Amino acid sequence: MSKIKTFHVGGIHPDKFKISSEAAISDAPLPQTAVIPVRQHIGAPAKILVKKGDFVKVGSLIADADGIISADVHSSVSGEVIKVEDGETSGGYFEKMITIRVEGDEWEESIDRNPEINREITLSSEEIINIIRQSGVVGMGGAGFPTPVKVDVPEGKKVDCLIINGIECEPYLTADDRLMQECAEQIVIGAKILNKALGIQKAIIAVDENKQKAIENLRKITRSYVGVNVEVCDTKYPQGAEKQLIAAVTGREVPPGCLPIDVNCVVQNAGTAFAVYEAVQKKKPLFERIVTVSGDGIENPMNLRVRIGTPASDLIKLCRPKSDIGKIIFGGPMMGTAVINADAPITKTTSGVLLMEEKSVFVPEEGACIRCATCVNVCPQGLEPYAIAEFTRNGEYQEAKKIHVLDCIECGCCSYSCPARISLLDYCKLAKYEIRKKK
Amino acid sequence: MLKVSTAPHVYSKTDTVSIMRDVIIALIPAGIAAVLFFGIDALITIVTAVAGCVAMEYIACKMSKIKPTTGDLTAVITGLLLAYNLPCNMPVWMTLVGCFAAIVIAKFSFGGLGKNLFNPALVGRVFLFVSFPVQMTTWLKPQFLDFMMADAVSSPTTLGILKHAPEKTAALEIPSYLDMFTGNIGGSLGEVSALALLLGLVWLLYRKVISWHIPFYYVATFFMLNAAFWLYTDDFGYEPITQLLSGGLFLGAFFMATDYTTTPMSINGKIIFAIGCAILTFVIRHYGAYPEGVSFAILIMNAFVPLIDKTVRPRIFGTGRK
Repeated sequence: MSKIKTFHVGGIHPDKFKISSEAAISDAPLPQTAVIPVRQHIGAPAKILVKKGDFVKVGSLIADADGIISADVHSSVSGEVIKVEDGETSGGYFEKMITIRVEGDEWEESIDRNPEINREITLSSEEIINIIRQSGVVGMGGAGFPTPVKVDVPEGKKVDCLIINGIECEPYLTADDRLMQECAEQIVIGAKILNKALGIQKAIIAVDENKQKAIENLRKITRSYVGVNVEVCDTKYPQGAEKQLIAAVTGREVPPGCLPIDVNCVVQNAGTAFAVYEAVQKKKPLFERIVTVSGDGIENPMNLRVRIGTPASDLIKLCRPKSDIGKIIFGGPMMGTAVINADAPITKTTSGVLLMEEKSVFVPEEGACIRCATCVNVCPQGLEPYAIAEFTRNGEYQEAKKIHVLDCIECGCCSYSCPARISLLDYCKLAKYEIRKKK
Repeated sequence: MLKVSTAPHVYSKTDTVSIMRDVIIALIPAGIAAVLFFGIDALITIVTAVAGCVAMEYIACKMSKIKPTTGDLTAVITGLLLAYNLPCNMPVWMTLVGCFAAIVIAKFSFGGLGKNLFNPALVGRVFLFVSFPVQMTTWLKPQFLDFMMADAVSSPTTLGILKHAPEKTAALEIPSYLDMFTGNIGGSLGEVSALALLLGLVWLLYRKVISWHIPFYYVATFFMLNAAFWLYTDDFGYEPITQLLSGGLFLGAFFMATDYTTTPMSINGKIIFAIGCAILTFVIRHYGAYPEGVSFAILIMNAFVPLIDKTVRPRIFGTGRK
């Protein structure tokens, strides 16, 4: 057993609440209508290819990537397109969405539906990147950065290490945990495929130490895959943040304003590695994902395989919500978004739907800063949130920039820990927004 | 009704009040020691100072038309610390003057909680020290378990003996290490018992209210300076253990140099602050006009805090390392 690794600046230990870690992944029923946003990723919205009245199958391309930083979108259901118009996303923004009335479950013939694991990697690097692009794979940890862009190493850059991010440091979420328990081999093959695309031999699967079953499974399987190793990381938040994960696993620190590739690393989420496996080995585009439905407002927490575009309310009903729900969160409780619209669709980046009981919704009331320095101690980026907040309050965004507010990764450790309940992260986000607006 | 808010949606259980409660708990052993050694006088002074500070805070809030902040318990801590810095036989009205200086002058005129530049309790103490020098330097000999302090006689502090002795040798009549450690010596209420203060320190560290840096660097630097001078000059005035256990060093290093508001934010800043306090304490005790220098040292270093915070910043992730 190698040593447990971690990052060494800041971090917190929120209560884990992994109440759904024993719930095996089950299929969510098909929705009656699927609402599929054409932007589920960072970058430009995809160009819509279908119109009202068209019939589509599961896996049909319905929107085409518009430029490099964009991603294809595929239908997750079969049926008739009944609407192509603006709809409300989980974040409350309006985006173009394609609404499909579900009829049957007819898949594109090209998709290999045989459950047997396909271990043979026959394609070349370019072919792999192409298939990943055509399958609409994006980072599934939350940010949704188009995966083909990440594995297509630009001229002059060198990659020597692929890190598969199996850290799920957000409380409640267990989607990646279950996937690693049940589909460990596919993830490992996904890592090998990504290795081939990057032209390197080495991959590290990083898992936090509270996922012993996943670690065991992965260790068993990686024995027969040369170059893929499992590293156990400390259960600490935000261990799963890209920069903190690279620091933990390799000891390298990504400098301000730089990308992982600048320290010769590429990080992909475990869910993304699985999607890559399915795309390349099974010709299956990204149209479903694992979603944890949990929280103290849920009677029956579950991990569900959900078609993209399924309204969250369908999943909530399935998991028996309690009567007094105060908050619905898409994602984890540290970085997720509270929604007002429970019918908002599940997208490629929705890792969880959490329900909080009315009584456990805490509304922070801002007190005076007592200069306890907790925010400084917990910030994994070495920032001074208290000082940033002070500058932001005074509108001095350029001063905030001088003390590196742009390096904030928005993990929320500062707001979580502040004993005066100052929403430090909000001040940081506001400063970043104002600085970027000025450019 | 669904609520929406920005992330995060969960919060740590630690808040301002729980922190202050922990500090109060940490101060209790020293209070008990004070009452054991100085009886009812100590109790009266402590109660007066706490009640006085809370009342001043309430009045100050009312007068500045803000919601009373007495519930955050910080005034209780200021009151306790002020009392611990006073001789047991302070007249009640003088203690109240100290409360006024601490809360109204040092805290509220700077803007209240979190805005004060100087440690309120120490401002209160120094205010009294310059206003009533006689009362502030008259110490009673402790009467262990004699609650009414029936036969109290005055006695100088260890540092006072050392300061005014023409010849500093081990032959001077200073208390034993054991008396100094347990608190059976003359001095301010809360400073006498090193044992009680150490218990409080353990609690603060265990509850992660403070980091170990300031107490450690303050005490260690001060010890080493004295040890070096003692070995070099053979002057008993520098004898490091006596220096550590007498006066307000532990009280200052554990409870006042660690006050959040008036100390630096970064770890390196805290270390600089602590070393500065130690050097100033050393200089004032040995070369200044007063036998004791902890209050002045901390107050002087308080003034440097904004400068330290501006210049000594934490390392930004991804910079400044190989």
